[in-house]
Amino acid sequence: MTGQTRGSARPNQWLRNLNAKIASIPMILTAVVIFVGGTAWTVLYSFTNSKLLPRLSFVGLDQYERLWAAPRWLVSIENLAIYGVLSLIFSLVIGFVLAALMDQKIRFENTFRTIMLYPFALSFIVTGLVWQWLLNPQYGAQSIVRSLGWTSFNFDPLYNSDIVIYGILIAALWQGTGLVMCLMLAGLRGIDEDIWKAARVDGIPMWKTYVLIIIPMMRGVFITTLVIIASGIVKVYDLVVAQTSGGPGIASEVPAKYVYDYMFQAQNLGQGFAASTMMLLTVAIIIVPWAYLEFGGGRKRG
Amino acid sequence: MVTAYDAASDRVKVGPRGAKPRRRLSRRNIIVYGTLIVVSLYYLLPLYVMIVTSLKGMPEIRVGNIFAPPLEITFEPWVKAWAEACTGLNCDGLSRGFWNSVRITVPSVIISIAVASVNGYALANWRFKGADLFFTILIVGAFIPYQVMIYPIVIVLREMGVYGTLTGLVIVHTIFGMPILTLLFRNYFAGLPEELFKAARVDGAGFWTIYFKIMLPMSLPIFVVAMILQVTGIWNDFLFGVVFTRPEYYPMTVQLNNIVNSVQGVKEYNVNMAATILTGLVPLTVYFVSGRLFVRGIAAGAVKG
Repeated sequence: MTGQTRGSARPNQWLRNLNAKIASIPMILTAVVIFVGGTAWTVLYSFTNSKLLPRLSFVGLDQYERLWAAPRWLVSIENLAIYGVLSLIFSLVIGFVLAALMDQKIRFENTFRTIMLYPFALSFIVTGLVWQWLLNPQYGAQSIVRSLGWTSFNFDPLYNSDIVIYGILIAALWQGTGLVMCLMLAGLRGIDEDIWKAARVDGIPMWKTYVLIIIPMMRGVFITTLVIIASGIVKVYDLVVAQTSGGPGIASEVPAKYVYDYMFQAQNLGQGFAASTMMLLTVAIIIVPWAYLEFGGGRKRG
Repeated sequence: MVTAYDAASDRVKVGPRGAKPRRRLSRRNIIVYGTLIVVSLYYLLPLYVMIVTSLKGMPEIRVGNIFAPPLEITFEPWVKAWAEACTGLNCDGLSRGFWNSVRITVPSVIISIAVASVNGYALANWRFKGADLFFTILIVGAFIPYQVMIYPIVIVLREMGVYGTLTGLVIVHTIFGMPILTLLFRNYFAGLPEELFKAARVDGAGFWTIYFKIMLPMSLPIFVVAMILQVTGIWNDFLFGVVFTRPEYYPMTVQLNNIVNSVQGVKEYNVNMAATILTGLVPLTVYFVSGRLFVRGIAAGAVKG
């Protein structure tokens, strides 16, 4: 593009654009040392029996066998699957419905948007603690319903290992649906007004217009949102720590917490590396098809 | 006009693009506003409960329900949360964590934006061989779970002698802020008219002169967006704070979690909620003050995942 030094002698390939290269050193270091190097390092050491300190003594797939035999890891994966599928479905559906409502030329749109999005500005720790309080069986939602006369009412997700993950889901949706709504709203605003007019002239009911015409047209927005939510799901950590600390027992453990605990608390680095490599694999499974859809097929962005 | 037709026929068919309907209390309006108001109450409820709880004394909490407004307003929980609540051995409240967070956030925001903006500028205007490759790695790397890179970073920081210090954490925030910020600035600078850049080149301006004299003054809006993104993101961080710092440097989020989830002693819910609000105050202020810019910021930052 621009900015090629047009020196008549072309002194040295390496000195061309020297300032730009110097300016890019942090980016290059981050990309190469941290992102590529760090990832490769972790994957490599996941095949060793590192305990307190990383050691290069290879044990093949031992760490992975141990990982997949650990009840706590299996619970983590199961939780992540339930939490992941439900939070994907709910945030997409709720986010879209809210966006569709907001797109009805309503008054006070800004006020509504501000209210729905403010939880997103908060830390997961804050969100987790608030919902810990709201779901406290002694004072929170359960006691309110009981005090209304329904004394046998039971809703104590954070103390019941069978449903604890749903308690976390409630908090996660409270925090995250505002963002999905905003993205969807932007998508809806990008749709040509004539589409609506045409659909109306043809007498197609509104819900049908949404399902059959608008949603397919918003494919790009949906995919982007999906990728954003999905990679957030894999990383979920803070919320669980704040809300339940993984409890009761190990009922609300998630992979990110497994990694942290094994690396920094149990000092079983090999397990931590193997678990984090599995997380990497999960993300790769999500990202690769998306990257292919988005950047493959000759279309280029940016 | 389509609108006139709709209003006249009283059918629930006004599309999003229609003009405002004439009748205020149409069935459609009741459904739309009704739903939005109910949803808004749901979103506001936790904030309300937080505030109400933080203003009650412990006896009132033990008897009343969490939605009841305080009978006797007391600010004692706030004072306690700020100055006396205990984490581990220290009993100096959240104030320590607050100042740690300030000392982490301010340099992290400034350095990460400075580095990334120059980077984005180089990528947009001074392309060199291989730049795109590194940039692609950077963007793809943004999707790698942090957990994969944490330990190698611990080693790097240890080798540099800054593991456990605020400097180390600032470096970490700069690293993980780089993908999204670089993308943001690169796209912004690439969108500026090329003639400007060319004219400056003809006049003999170099890399830094163009950056400081032309690009910087023209890109105040994007700097503000980046700042909002970073301030809220870094303030709300928990994982990096817990991994890369020692307890005396814990940011506010980590300290808050330690106060609330400590197992010893009676749980003082009012103090906990006051502490929670105090921690949320900075990002909430940024959110309410910046309004639309925040939306732009997160829309750009959402790519970070």
